[in-house]
Amino acid sequence: MVDSLTNFLKVKNNRRFRLPGFGLSTGITLTYLSVLVLIPLVALVVTASTITRHELVTILTNPRVIAAFKVTFSTAIVAAVINGIFGTLVAWVHARYSYPGKRLLDALIDLPFALPTAVAGIALTALFASNGWVGQFLVPLGINLNYSWWGITIALVFVGMPFVIRTVEPVLDDFDKELEEAARTLGATPWQTFVKVIFPLLLPAVLTGTTLAFARCLGEYGSVVFISGNMPMKTEIVPLLIITKLEQYDYVGATVIATTMLVLSFGLLLIVNLIQWIQRRRLGMES
Amino acid sequence: MIRRLLIAITVLFLTVFLILPIVVVIVSAFAQGMATYWAAITEPEALDALQLTLTAAGVAVICNTIFGLAAAWMITNYAFRGKNLLITLIDLPFTVSPVISGLIFVLLFGGRSGIGRWLIDHGFKIIFATPGIILATCFVTFPFVARELIPLMQSQGNQEEEAAYMLGANGWQLFWRVTVPKIKWGILYGVVLAAGRAVGEFGAVSVVSGHIRGVTNTLPLHIEILYNEYQFSAAFAVATILLVFAIVTLVLKRYLEYRIERKVTPS
Repeated sequence: MVDSLTNFLKVKNNRRFRLPGFGLSTGITLTYLSVLVLIPLVALVVTASTITRHELVTILTNPRVIAAFKVTFSTAIVAAVINGIFGTLVAWVHARYSYPGKRLLDALIDLPFALPTAVAGIALTALFASNGWVGQFLVPLGINLNYSWWGITIALVFVGMPFVIRTVEPVLDDFDKELEEAARTLGATPWQTFVKVIFPLLLPAVLTGTTLAFARCLGEYGSVVFISGNMPMKTEIVPLLIITKLEQYDYVGATVIATTMLVLSFGLLLIVNLIQWIQRRRLGMES
Repeated sequence: MIRRLLIAITVLFLTVFLILPIVVVIVSAFAQGMATYWAAITEPEALDALQLTLTAAGVAVICNTIFGLAAAWMITNYAFRGKNLLITLIDLPFTVSPVISGLIFVLLFGGRSGIGRWLIDHGFKIIFATPGIILATCFVTFPFVARELIPLMQSQGNQEEEAAYMLGANGWQLFWRVTVPKIKWGILYGVVLAAGRAVGEFGAVSVVSGHIRGVTNTLPLHIEILYNEYQFSAAFAVATILLVFAIVTLVLKRYLEYRIERKVTPS
């Protein structure tokens, strides 16, 4: 058994000896990975592949489905861009400046990762409702976030916030200050220094973080459903539509929509890896 | 001037999105007094939900920790074909939407699939039952321990293990006495992240649970039910339990990051 596994994986034996535990660790790893991840995902793809092209087109061109995809993608893009801008700003301020309470706020940046999405959902709804602490100041400005496109976007900004900050921060920490000083000495204004020297070096990290936030926002469910109101054609997101289809026992519809989302998410993951690869090459860190 | 403006925007942004949500949960939870709060978190349905949440999270963390150790051992100690593919596959669950994570188990084990039919006929109910909730929780927290341990063990190398092996230690001895002490903070870090996510998972669990009160209700699902029944104070009261878990997760995460950093760069 172990021997055939060794053959299949072409395990190299070029060292003097091999540490024990190969059979056990490989067995656990491959079995658990297959049972929990690979087989269920394959089941989804197999179910999707039995669907005829006609059914596929009918499901995906349904106005309600198209509307849900539009809502999901537009809110996720806008939330990711807001995160890209504010995340870079926060990372910059935290790397360069000091202010009272900075340690507390910095420690809380990972809160969106730790706080259960359902709790985030009801908290954000309470805050941004028209009678909420923040919402009451927005209503006179004509902005009612409850049950609206902007409400979904706000929830997604919360959910995606740590990604950009946490990818930009390490780049700023390693930043070579001499480049900045050289630019300033050579007569560049602070603005020119930022736009022409600092920003190009930050850009790959900003793009990576923004794409990661975007990918997370596309699939987000818990924090959105409370604030969105879930009106079909208006504020219904794709994950909710999948659940609705399941509750109506429309397994085919749910599978088609889910597979479409899955393919798009994997595409995004590829893009992220590509950006990181380019970044490594540009910084000459390729190994 | 510009510095002050940038700091002001940062503080405003972070306060609105990080401080206020925490405060609003606490204030809303106690809005109708201590008695209502206490009743909400001690009612049998809430306690059942807490128990199921802790069970699912416990099983998921244990399974994923064993897997994480096995995967990291395999990947860092042996050279084999397809290693990068394996690492990519381990990260896969993070790119799957929570709702889809639940859906795949409904398709595989639900009453409509062959396997699901067979299991139900033999008395095993997976979907709309506790095993489904555990499976979905395992799936969404699958990569945490492994992705923490793989880079850590790669950076540490395995010279110590090889030395112990040459000096006559057997596999388990060198695992428990050499490897585990080297990576214990890394294991804990992965466990903390996985536990934090497992306790709060909503979308995936929502799909497989069937929302049966007192039977397949986890804490996040219980919050949703209370909220949709307009029992806002009760919903926020139960939410404070999860808020405490989240804060504990953040504090432990910070502490462990500090420990790991000190380990990696001894100064």
